[in-house]
Amino acid sequence: MAIIIKILEYILIAFGVAILGLIYGGIGRKITARIQNRYGPPFYQNILDVLKLFGKRNEASHGVMFDLGPVIALTGILTSLMFLPLGSSTPLISFEGDIFVLFYLLVVSPLGMALGAGEGANPNATIGIARGLTMMLGYELVLFVSIIPLMIHYDTASFYKLVQMQGTFPNWNFFPFFLSAFAGLIALQGMMGLQPFDVVVAPHEIASGPMVEYSGRFLGLLQLWHAIAVIVETGIIADAFLGNGGAGWFILKTFSLFMIVIMVAAIFPRFRIGQAVKFYWKYPLIIGLLGFLVLFIWR
Amino acid sequence: MGLFKFSRSRSLWMMHFCTGCGAIEMPPTMTSRYDMERFGIIPMATPRQSDLLLVTGYLTVKTLKRVVRSYEQMAEPKYVIAFGSCTMRGGMYWDSYNTVKELDLYIPVDIYINGCMPRPEAIIDAFIKLRDMIDKGEANAWKNYRDNLDWYKQNQAKVFDINKWSAKI
Ligand code: SF4
Repeated sequence: MAIIIKILEYILIAFGVAILGLIYGGIGRKITARIQNRYGPPFYQNILDVLKLFGKRNEASHGVMFDLGPVIALTGILTSLMFLPLGSSTPLISFEGDIFVLFYLLVVSPLGMALGAGEGANPNATIGIARGLTMMLGYELVLFVSIIPLMIHYDTASFYKLVQMQGTFPNWNFFPFFLSAFAGLIALQGMMGLQPFDVVVAPHEIASGPMVEYSGRFLGLLQLWHAIAVIVETGIIADAFLGNGGAGWFILKTFSLFMIVIMVAAIFPRFRIGQAVKFYWKYPLIIGLLGFLVLFIWR
Repeated sequence: MGLFKFSRSRSLWMMHFCTGCGAIEMPPTMTSRYDMERFGIIPMATPRQSDLLLVTGYLTVKTLKRVVRSYEQMAEPKYVIAFGSCTMRGGMYWDSYNTVKELDLYIPVDIYINGCMPRPEAIIDAFIKLRDMIDKGEANAWKNYRDNLDWYKQNQAKVFDINKWSAKI
């Protein structure tokens, strides 16, 4: 019985997170529009977009893997949601070492996408996939380097414990580990695929890259994946560096992080893929490595 | 069902097939001056992702082929807006040997915008009109294309089949 309740609860959370992510996206579009001195769409625009996509017919399909790609992407992100503590609540699954599992699962979604788009055999998609996987080499490394000092400091590899141990406001990890937090924030920018790291989907250059052949319901699934990924990715940084707290605080924190990312994205052009990876392996990585020094000074 | 219909008219992803002079009217329509994103209309990169095809000016026989192909790649329901007098009756190219005079013979058009070239206000007006038409269930040109596919294909074949003729010139 308890397991059924837990599953139902998880389904509710997943729905809530998806809708929350879509609303974040809509507000993000609005903010970008205000920065560009436009009026912008209503905040619920992304929800309408997804509904419309699910109402379409006659989508193009290029084979079984092509259809399964978006499903794998969505499954990957839903599974990583199970490991993420939303504020101070216990995640569905938590054990010693789940941070590594979470980070592995984050890679599943782009890989599913790559498998699906690969079967579309569109040259633009192939270029997009190559760029996406290369970009991953950049930001994943920085993300790991920014989280590892926390794991050493608290002597745990369980995300839930790590969040619990850091406590509330004045004890945020952000203050002692601000260098790592800064590196994590730059990694977040690339993880969300926003400018200056949006070379993966560059719409004017490679026609939205991996998504080029997708239409209708498949595209709708991909939009849902993006929406949930927004919460999961900002959630990782919020949990790791901005203390724990109730669900309301969690929403506030992830939203503030999302705002920072959107505002940076609104004013930057994009890097070439080589420049982006080089950038990641230089400045954020050095900042992240300097973050280790805090361990010796502060302890 | 009502919600789907509502979302369909409030979220139109468009692909602008920038032929002719009309392309130059799109940037002001998209950016800060007229901002069409407030109606949920954003440019999309590929025909597969878009709902709305904008044909912005005269078409030669060569570009018509590409337009038809793009149109057929779009997922249903799909809508077409044609710009300027050139798409209606040939406009100032009425006696040209290789422009397409009436777009309506080759792909179904939901809304024509009059003018040479229509101003961004007129384009926004057409978007609003299309939105109302979708709400009322009147924007059915895509069904028309499906039902009368033979007729459209015949018309297309007539202009595409000029290869032999053009080789002679
Ligand atoms: S109608 Fe006028 S502005 Fe439009 S394509 Fe024709 S000549 Fe150009």
